[in-house]
Amino acid sequence: MATEAIEAGAHAAGESGSAGMPQLDFSTFANQIFWLLLALVALWWVMSRIALPRIGSVLAERSGTITNDLAAAEELSLKVKEAEAAYTKALAEARVEANRIVGEARDAIKADLAEATARADAEIAEKTAESEKQIAAIRASAAGSISEVAKATATEIVAILGAEADAKTVEALVDARVKG
Amino acid sequence: MADGAESSGGLQIHPMEQFTVRPLFGGGEDHGLSFYTVTNVTLWMAIAVVCVILLFVFGTRGRAIVPSRVQSVAELAYGFVHKMIEDIAGKEGLKYFPYVMTVFMFIVTANMLSLIPMSFATTSHIAVTGVLALLVFVSVTVIGFVKNGAAFLGLFWVSAAPLALRPFLAVIEVMSYFVRPVSHSIRLAGNMMAGHAVFEVFAGFAAVALISPVSIVAIAAMYTLELLVAFVQAYVFTILTVVYLKDALHPQH
Repeated sequence: MATEAIEAGAHAAGESGSAGMPQLDFSTFANQIFWLLLALVALWWVMSRIALPRIGSVLAERSGTITNDLAAAEELSLKVKEAEAAYTKALAEARVEANRIVGEARDAIKADLAEATARADAEIAEKTAESEKQIAAIRASAAGSISEVAKATATEIVAILGAEADAKTVEALVDARVKG
Repeated sequence: MADGAESSGGLQIHPMEQFTVRPLFGGGEDHGLSFYTVTNVTLWMAIAVVCVILLFVFGTRGRAIVPSRVQSVAELAYGFVHKMIEDIAGKEGLKYFPYVMTVFMFIVTANMLSLIPMSFATTSHIAVTGVLALLVFVSVTVIGFVKNGAAFLGLFWVSAAPLALRPFLAVIEVMSYFVRPVSHSIRLAGNMMAGHAVFEVFAGFAAVALISPVSIVAIAAMYTLELLVAFVQAYVFTILTVVYLKDALHPQH
């Protein structure tokens, strides 16, 4: 079989006189060209009618899907940003509110404190005044007692010394002494 | 060629024999091939077409948003060629996307299939690549004249060059324009043929015990190179098609 084929090839090559190149055996050209055109037409028909439109639509569909998904992702990320902004805003508001409440409380406490302090000061002043009055009274009474004692003592001493003590004179003398 | 190898070393190396077109069901040897005879060309082109259909029709039947492996390969090829046309020829070029895609997938699949041992390399035949290139050449020329009318001839009139030089450049441009389908087709067929012929030569040397380890390693190394070549040549053919298409759509330099 193989040798036959070789002989046939050699024979064909000899016919075309091309030193054994089957490519230049023109008797096969019509056959090759016929089958080539048939193959090309078949392939072209399948490509242009079935394969390429199908792949084209798949690719278009895919890019559409990808575009849609990207748009959806974009939308979601916008929503996330919005939510974040709202959160930040709420946080800032809450902080301001908290500061306000703290300030109010501080002011109230300050006012209470000031009131209490004022009341306490007033009480203290009142008590001080009372105490001072008592002290003054005590001091006055003490000074009175001293002069009384001194007068009595002076009258007694004068009486012991044997002199007639004039009560008025002694009193005046003692007063002058105590004051002086 | 074969005779020389036989007489010099007794080795049976027939590097070109693998490219022979022969009928699958016999009967063709005697009275030549009719154009409709079912040959190994038919078989391997049909396998290529079936592979592409499996990849692009059955692989994408799920129409999944998250693609399966096969579907993502089809999508990768789609995006690769689609982007190539859009980048080079612009949006107007996308009208011809199905044909460019057909050419690319046919060539890349046929190139890869030809790397299966005992397979037949359809794209190593100048008849095949020549038709592919001529189809591109003719359609690009027609598109150029239909879209731009006589302005398409501006492609050959290099307005950037000094006026005195332009006639000479025009001659060169016209020549290079007509050489396009030749280089376009021979580049692909030549690359495929050379690679497969080298495989065959190394395989022939593997019969000699002393050299066989070297030749087997060489075949393995060549195979990786040829995998690259199989893709790169399909890519080059396609990108040149798109570049020519760009010339037809925008003939201004």
